[in-house]
Amino acid sequence: MEIIVLIKRVVATDTRVKIGADGTSIDTAGVQYIMAPYDEIAVEKAIQLKTEAGEGKVTVLTVGPNEATKELRTALAMGADEAVHLTVDGTLDAAATAGAIHAGLEGRSFDLILCGKQATDVDDAAVGPRLAALLDLPSVAFASALTIEDGKAVVSRENEGVTEVYEVDLPAVLTAQKGLAEPRYPSLKGIMKAKKKPLATDAATAPENGSTVEALNLPPARADVVTIEPTPEGMQQLLAALRNDKKVL
Amino acid sequence: MAYRAPDFFDLDEMLTEEERLVRDTVRDWVSDRFMPVIAEAYRKGTFPEHLIPEMAELGVLGGNLDYGDFPRLGPVAYGLVMQELERGDSGLRSFVSVQGALVMYPIWRYGSDEQKDKWLPKLHDGSAIGCFGLTEPDHGSDPGGMETKAVATDDGYVLNGAKMWITNGNLADVAVVWAKLDGEIRGFLVEKGMDGFEVMEQRAKHSLRASVTSELSFQDVKLGKDALLPGAKGLGGPLSCLNQARYGIAWGAIGAAMACYDEALEYGKSRTQFGKPIAQFQLYQNKLTHMITEITKGQMMNLRLGRLKEQGTVTPFQVSMAKRNGCFHALEIARMARDMLGANGITDEYQAMRHMCNLESVKTYEGTHDIHTLIVGREITGLDAFA
Ligand SMILES: Cc1cc2nc3c(=O)[nH]c(=O)nc-3n(C[C@H](O)[C@H](O)[C@H](O)COP(=O)(O)OP(=O)(O)OC[C@H]3O[C@@H](n4cnc5c(N)ncnc54)[C@H](O)[C@@H]3O)c2cc1C
Repeated sequence: MEIIVLIKRVVATDTRVKIGADGTSIDTAGVQYIMAPYDEIAVEKAIQLKTEAGEGKVTVLTVGPNEATKELRTALAMGADEAVHLTVDGTLDAAATAGAIHAGLEGRSFDLILCGKQATDVDDAAVGPRLAALLDLPSVAFASALTIEDGKAVVSRENEGVTEVYEVDLPAVLTAQKGLAEPRYPSLKGIMKAKKKPLATDAATAPENGSTVEALNLPPARADVVTIEPTPEGMQQLLAALRNDKKVL
Repeated sequence: MAYRAPDFFDLDEMLTEEERLVRDTVRDWVSDRFMPVIAEAYRKGTFPEHLIPEMAELGVLGGNLDYGDFPRLGPVAYGLVMQELERGDSGLRSFVSVQGALVMYPIWRYGSDEQKDKWLPKLHDGSAIGCFGLTEPDHGSDPGGMETKAVATDDGYVLNGAKMWITNGNLADVAVVWAKLDGEIRGFLVEKGMDGFEVMEQRAKHSLRASVTSELSFQDVKLGKDALLPGAKGLGGPLSCLNQARYGIAWGAIGAAMACYDEALEYGKSRTQFGKPIAQFQLYQNKLTHMITEITKGQMMNLRLGRLKEQGTVTPFQVSMAKRNGCFHALEIARMARDMLGANGITDEYQAMRHMCNLESVKTYEGTHDIHTLIVGREITGLDAFA
């Protein structure tokens, strides 16, 4: 079972985002970076599949800045076997990222490609499906359960309260939703061993971005909270507010 | 509120990638797994034992020792682990310090191969817990005066005496007990449940409430020949262990200070009085500036200390200075943070007062502030205040 997991270095999810001076990117001063949480789930699932199969290899791949070795090492420390770092300056949109990954996969064999359903920075949820299209492979996005049976993937996804179950030929591209696996903490031993695992670095060959960011705006500040007393007068106030101000009644 | 670790001088840049990963892993674990349970554990006066297997799984127990398939963390990575654990609570760091530096270290350094193979794997995977008995009711700063005594018999030793303030005492499967044999200090491995070996928890504490502290008593405890640590002779044995643990305390204390600073900073930005965030007042900023300056100095001292240890040139006097400095400033910072939080600062919804109370112990154990003053003083003057 050879699995390639796509991971992305993203701004930590608890960051209080500030817009940078250029107005089109965030201010990165003092910002912490992490592996995107859904990618972590994908890494965990890949390691579990390999362990269950009793053989195979998990390769993690990222398209990202030089600093993204940290996220690759984290995945190696969790238990991945090898890492591939396709370096880029600046940011790529989903199409360019999928293109860069497609080029980087040239000559690599795999039975399965896993990635997070979306990176928690731009939230496009597009790289996995786009890559599947480029590779002309079957794909299921938002997988919440996955087993390998008789050389095929059996994948579940939740859709509007219905659980869809797919049988998918391999190789395939699947994107991970919450619930697919519970990511482990890398062990300290794993971290110390990770530096001895192979990490190949290459400049990414990426197509031109198809889209550009024109402006970033923070969401409008939330309106003040109005407290209404739980009294008959309060109820009148509440009804009046819902009728007249909010116009929902 | 998510924890934001202060790093004013960008010391991150001076760490290796592994060191950063080790730190971040333990930091995340503390945030996710430990922080949700500590307030209640502290209130109840219990150590969250259910987390021991997870800590073991991470590999923090004796993680720096060169043995078997242990992680073999370098001194800086190990120090960062201590910093992050004590950011959670001094009791958590104490648990790990005792297990690693005071129990596994002497077995690793002074034990026979049989003792190592019997205990180190179990102590590392958390299936066995250890404690370290040096202090006695009448001998704290002066452990050389200890009264606990071992007498050789045909098939081993008989141990008599008492130890006090022993961290992990009631949890321990094995106690490293220091006692005089023919007038010389030696280390013995005493196992839970041996006849004549009693353990009593000291529960009435205002400090380190989420840590188990116990009295040990030995009444004609019969030990086999294999209970003696063959390599340790004299006060240097236990002192070498303390030196390992003090190194961890230096880092840990700064971790507690970092938690307090972060809390006071966030509080000051969100709490409004007189129509302004209180962090806008000069006096509040003065305190924050003082805190971050001392934290930064402490972080730099620890990092340098770790690099010296890595090179193998660190001296016990340098460790004493860092332990003394770290505890002193951490306690002061915790007190300041407690004050800056106003009435909220006395509740257990916030951490400052818990750290403040804990740090009173941390300042006292493993050599009090004053004892370390005299150790450094003796080194720089050549004149011995203990003589
Ligand atoms: C929570 C907790 C956990 C502990 N865990 C352990 C453990 O696991 N194992 C263990 O062996 N011990 C442990 N200890 C004991 C600890 O190491 C001792 O408390 C410490 O060494 C101080 O000894 P003492 O309490 O007897 O104080 P004392 O030695 O009586 O000191 C009292 C005061 O006198 C001062 N003083 C003493 N001698 C001098 C001097 N020559 N010159 C100037 N001033 C002096 C001290 O600085 C201090 O201020 C623990 C203590 C606590 C509080």
